[in-house]
Amino acid sequence: MTQASPDVVLSINNIEVIYNKAVQVLRGLSLRVPRGQIVALLGSNGAGKTTTLKAVSGLLALEDGEMTRGSVVLDGVDTARLKPHELVRSGLFHVMEGRRVFEDLTIEENLISATYALSGRRAASADFELVYEYFPRLFERRRGLAGYLSGGEQQMLAIGRALIARPKVMLLDEPSLGLSPLLVENIFTIIARINREQGVSMLLVEQNASVALAVAHTGYIMETGKVVIDGPAEKLAGDPDVREFYLGMAGEGAARSFRDIKHYKRRKRWLS
Amino acid sequence: MIDFDWLLLFEVSLAGIGSGGLYALAGLAFVLIFKATKVVNLAIGEMLMMGAYFFFAMASTLGWPIWLGVVVAVLGSGALGALIERLLIRPMLGESPISVFMITIGLSSILVGAVELIWGADQMRLPDFMPSDPVLIGEAMVPPKIFYGFLVATGLIAVVLVVFRFWRGGIALRATASDQAAAYSMGINVPRVFSLAWVVGAMVAAIAGIIVGSISSLSPTMGVFGLSVLVVVIVGGLDSVAGALVGGIVVGLVEAWSGTYLGGQYKMLSTFSLLVLILMVRPYGLFGTHEIERL
Repeated sequence: MTQASPDVVLSINNIEVIYNKAVQVLRGLSLRVPRGQIVALLGSNGAGKTTTLKAVSGLLALEDGEMTRGSVVLDGVDTARLKPHELVRSGLFHVMEGRRVFEDLTIEENLISATYALSGRRAASADFELVYEYFPRLFERRRGLAGYLSGGEQQMLAIGRALIARPKVMLLDEPSLGLSPLLVENIFTIIARINREQGVSMLLVEQNASVALAVAHTGYIMETGKVVIDGPAEKLAGDPDVREFYLGMAGEGAARSFRDIKHYKRRKRWLS
Repeated sequence: MIDFDWLLLFEVSLAGIGSGGLYALAGLAFVLIFKATKVVNLAIGEMLMMGAYFFFAMASTLGWPIWLGVVVAVLGSGALGALIERLLIRPMLGESPISVFMITIGLSSILVGAVELIWGADQMRLPDFMPSDPVLIGEAMVPPKIFYGFLVATGLIAVVLVVFRFWRGGIALRATASDQAAAYSMGINVPRVFSLAWVVGAMVAAIAGIIVGSISSLSPTMGVFGLSVLVVVIVGGLDSVAGALVGGIVVGLVEAWSGTYLGGQYKMLSTFSLLVLILMVRPYGLFGTHEIERL
């Protein structure tokens, strides 16, 4: 097993995941998150991106999934024996797909619930000010129920909870889900700021490849359970194959027409 | 109808509210467990009974002082709650709610059996420990045990409401109730929340049991009380603490009124009719959670 070198905060080594003891979703996936960087994990629907994050954060067990091979190493420690809540307390925070705010709790109580991530850590106190600084909107509505927030505000709250937990690594699952283009830009600007200002490393799963590659340092692209291409984000964003298949651009950056969809399908088999 | 006895109505209503407080307390025990773990605990009446028998063993059989007996009985019931959660409920995590439901039915039979083995099936009396002077409210007389039982019950419910609102553990419990996976991902120790809910639920049930047992008497059929508690929590909304309070008082009143004016045999009939009516108008109970729908 490869031990993580000191500048790698999270390394996923050759993992396999099987759901329900029957369906294999990940087939030997490996990736590394260097300390302080944003790593984007891209891929089409059903490629196994969300499963990868759940395998890392230990939430697979709740869905009858099992990691049958490989290891996940967080800051030099193998996480196999840690329960999900212990993993959170040792610095890995998973912002789940679909935001998953506690709808019948207030904004403030949602943030307080994340202070459990600080249990058992020295000199850790919750910094609510910090969250409200990044997301002033949450401060205005802090006594309201989270269920009545708009989608964008709920995403802010989900990221705000992660900030409270002061993680070493944040796993972000589709922060752009269901948001308007303007809000997506907003959220990603803040994600990039948090990464820069708080030094939090991030593993970012996205459908929206262009915005993800714009904030990320490194990118991985996966297909049917394993990584097929990886490299620096700018290089991926410029790669003709990636541009065509994941950014929806052909040649000179013109958006592809749906008329060419057959061509797209035919070519894609060659890639994977 | 010309001279309607208003004083009688008032007295009956007070007694109804009083016993409603006890229903509410037992309902609270149910709600705590359901809220955290989504387990419909049909053994709630029997857990009440266990608490009362523990108290009986301490205070009557061993002759301990009353306060010590209460404390030890409540703690013992808490331990029993932890045991039940660990041995019977935890292994069923992720199984269908119906199976867990059936387990609690089995549990109630086991508890009744245990009581009959240890203490026998005869009725017994708990030592009197509440003041026995009748309480006067205006001109109406309220039986003292019901009055003090009501005070204890509402006091406890108030404490629980405040704790839920302001203590961090209360937030953890509500978070777990709202979304288990998300609660895990906040660093909340979800299994710990589960067992805590069972411990506290069992302790509350024991307090209710001790009061109920000292008002009437102690017997292995005390668990039937649980049936009315079920009505209370369904009326109030399964996951609402405030709902347990209101549901308890409503059911207490309806039982008292129908018992006095229609006759004892109509008590159950009227409570269950009420249940059906309320469910028709509000399927989640009076205060139960609907999912928040954003439009």
